[in-house]
Amino acid sequence: MSAEPDGPEDRLRRLTTIWSRALYPVTSTSATRAEFEDRLLPLAGRLSGLLRARGFDAAGARAVGAALVEAHCTDPEALTRTLDCVDAYLVLYCGADDPQDELRLRSSRLQHAMAAGYAQALRERTLAEQEAIAQAALRAQGVVAQALHASEARFRAVFEGAAIGIGIADLDGTILQVNGALLRMFGLTDQALRGRRVQDWTHPEDAPQTWRLYDELVSGDREHYHLEKAFNRPDGTVLWTNLTVSLLRDADGEPQYQLALMEDTTERRLLNLRLRYEATHDALTGLPNRTLFFERLEKALGAGEGQRFGLCYLDLDGFKTVNDSLGHAAGDRLLVEVADRLQSCATAPGEMVARLGGDEFVALTTGPGTERTVDELAERIMNALVTPISVDGRDLMVRGSLGIVEGPAGERTAAEVLRSADITMYRAKSAGGNRFELADPEADARAITRHGLTTALPTALERGEFFIEYQPLVHLGDGSVRGAEALVRWLHPQHGVLGPDRFIPLAEHTGLIVPLGRWVLEESIRQARAWRERHGTEPGAGPLRINVNLSPCQLGHPRLVQDTVEILERAGVTPDALCLEVTESALIGADDDLLKPLRRLSEMGVDIALDDFGTGYSNLANLRRLPVNVLKLDRSFTQGMQQFPADPVDLKIVEGIVSLAHSLDLAVTVEGVETGAQAEQLRILGCDTAQGWYYARPGPPERLHDLALVDATG
Amino acid sequence: MERPAWAPRSIDISVPSVSRIYDYYLGGSHNFEVDREAARKAMEFMPGMPKIMQANRAFMRRAVRFAAGAGITQFLDIGSGIPTFGNVHEVARAVAPEARIVYVDHDPVAVAHSEAVLADVDTADVVAADLRKPQEILASSRLERLIDLNRPVALLLVAILHFVEDADDPYRAVAELRDALAPGSLLILTHASYEGIPVPAERAEGAVDVYKDIRNPLIMRSRDEIARFFEGYEMVEPGLVPMPLWRPESAPEDEDPYAFSGFAGVGRTA
Repeated sequence: MSAEPDGPEDRLRRLTTIWSRALYPVTSTSATRAEFEDRLLPLAGRLSGLLRARGFDAAGARAVGAALVEAHCTDPEALTRTLDCVDAYLVLYCGADDPQDELRLRSSRLQHAMAAGYAQALRERTLAEQEAIAQAALRAQGVVAQALHASEARFRAVFEGAAIGIGIADLDGTILQVNGALLRMFGLTDQALRGRRVQDWTHPEDAPQTWRLYDELVSGDREHYHLEKAFNRPDGTVLWTNLTVSLLRDADGEPQYQLALMEDTTERRLLNLRLRYEATHDALTGLPNRTLFFERLEKALGAGEGQRFGLCYLDLDGFKTVNDSLGHAAGDRLLVEVADRLQSCATAPGEMVARLGGDEFVALTTGPGTERTVDELAERIMNALVTPISVDGRDLMVRGSLGIVEGPAGERTAAEVLRSADITMYRAKSAGGNRFELADPEADARAITRHGLTTALPTALERGEFFIEYQPLVHLGDGSVRGAEALVRWLHPQHGVLGPDRFIPLAEHTGLIVPLGRWVLEESIRQARAWRERHGTEPGAGPLRINVNLSPCQLGHPRLVQDTVEILERAGVTPDALCLEVTESALIGADDDLLKPLRRLSEMGVDIALDDFGTGYSNLANLRRLPVNVLKLDRSFTQGMQQFPADPVDLKIVEGIVSLAHSLDLAVTVEGVETGAQAEQLRILGCDTAQGWYYARPGPPERLHDLALVDATG
Repeated sequence: MERPAWAPRSIDISVPSVSRIYDYYLGGSHNFEVDREAARKAMEFMPGMPKIMQANRAFMRRAVRFAAGAGITQFLDIGSGIPTFGNVHEVARAVAPEARIVYVDHDPVAVAHSEAVLADVDTADVVAADLRKPQEILASSRLERLIDLNRPVALLLVAILHFVEDADDPYRAVAELRDALAPGSLLILTHASYEGIPVPAERAEGAVDVYKDIRNPLIMRSRDEIARFFEGYEMVEPGLVPMPLWRPESAPEDEDPYAFSGFAGVGRTA
């Protein structure tokens, strides 16, 4: 802008610059100084005009004052500075040549009007802005309140509609608000509940920590807790709940309320109790069952030092007869009565009676003094059974066999204790019943071994734990080895080598004897072939024969003949290499069906020896029709010949038997020859072959080979 | 707003608000006595507080003009507060009449006031949202109506980041916003700092404590910490500087010493 130096425009600009410089520091404008000055320039121009106008224009001056407010000069200091500036410079820069007195008067009046205009505008702006912000706050609050209202309505709906009980109490425990679900759970009205105190709800079944947790929560030391709690309902019933209590704090974190959420678990709890009862009790007698008994027994066995247990295992004698003759219903009634009587025997703390199943019951006593109490318990039980039980109008005598186990806790497992009790009970039973027996470790061990061997037998065969030893059979005439008896042994992993007397009866019992016998036959025949291949060509050595024992079970087996033939053929061994030994007792009363396979084998050339001859009540006349080639005299006949001179009666008997055998064309073998005198005596009596320790103990097949060689060369 | 819509924080005008305090510093009357009381208390320690706010406004005005001059017509002003004179939309439209502006604030009163002011302005709107949740801002329908994120945007974070505590990870929020912006967008930022304050730091702390007392702590950050907000941006000349030194339009030596408190800068996305 090109203003004439010191012309009116230049003077006006200079006035504006002074004004702006004074005003800018107290404005809030975001405009630059230059922009601000540009804004003031027209105002200065107006003031200049007003100064020199013919009449005084108060409105015009007021407008200038108001314009300052519009330029964001809202600090009253801006007015002071403006008036100072106008007062000092307006007349000076804009007065021209007009009379100074009039100009000063006019300036003064203009300032009054400007001040009034500024004040008016500032007041209006302030009011407008206050109004605006207040309105904004109100609207914002309205929005929030609306949202809050909606949210409160939602929360109320949640609170009221919730299936779980909700209650709010203050920190003193006074209940402030509860929902419908909670009222229904408690069976109370809102009025009855409101204002009551949480602490009034103690219950005898409260867990020990219940009220400690409560105290911690209301004192602000705990944010929440969770437990199962019972409450008394006004109708006398008990409400069980799953209770969660939380501490509610205000915005500053100060504890304010407690919030309880509760779920009614009464039904579930009852159901659980019932299921638990059913799972642990016998449906017929109502006594604890095996499950509960084991739990209790395990607890007793896990008790601390000094604690003991005593257990009575009862099995009724002859219960099966009752069941079979009077029917199961009667049997059941008998069991119920027995259960009731037993129950009355074990009423002291730490005692219990359970039914394990069938007619088996157990009674348990625990504590430090069970050595005494278990005997008393057993006495009570036996006494309880003395009085006959009336079932369907009959008085039934009830007897029982009782096995007692007593001992300190912490040594045995429940299963071991029960097995011991079971074994002991069987001892009582096999001793005639109607008695009790005390557990005995040795008896237990025997029974346990027997049981263990029986269960281990099948795998023993698979694992090849059996082996065969051979005992030579020696010709009494020339002392040559004529054959050997195969004797099976079991190399048990724990018990070592076991003789046939330990396991053959078990194998007979379980039927394992058939595969075991077949294996023995195969092995023995294989060995016989080996010997024949070795000695067959040697001069003077007769063919070696193998003796294999046949058990009664094998004898009756339909595949006996077929299996034997197959084994012989497969080995390429002639039947005369085999002698099957059958005990006398197995053939007592044998009919033709049983003898037929033996006869077939005998016809083929297999020798049949009658083992243990003289121990059974054999019908000598019967010998004639038996397909037998050899008699093996039992060792009892030869025992009397061990000393010198020999028992003459024994001599006579043996002589008679030999004579009878020979007349029937049977060879005679004697067992148990232990001395040379014995051997000599038997030779004189005419026995054909012998076996016994005098010649050799049973041993591995190589030993027999050596023996045969000695025999051949010697 | 920070709280979910179904449970808003109630509005308590007995609690001072930083937006209204700011208005008071700028000579406005959009404030209540509690706000003025807090402001006066801060001014006991730092009498030049208003000058800092004024420098903020002046910087913003220059930066908005710069953006509009660079062809940007979309403005996103987060932490806009009470819309007093010299608003972004006024400044921007003076240069670019087609400019579109979205204001964002989490103070419901500021938002309500903005709504009233903008009732008749079709090309500007306000969103109630929080800088700490950028996705809520970006997903807002009001923003979608006015701003095309495929074109450059001037993002204003003027005097707001110093109200976001480190625990709320302001850097993540700023990065999330940056990632949503088209290339050529600008970040216009100012931030409080102990650096440049014409009083001893212990004295400035007195003012900082006032904000702590009103539960709106003022987080003073160093220049380096502030510079990190521009990660992924190319600084526009003259870089991160005290407010009066950013492309001044009048002699900086005329400025009040308080105007040099804190830093201002503009960055451009690649």
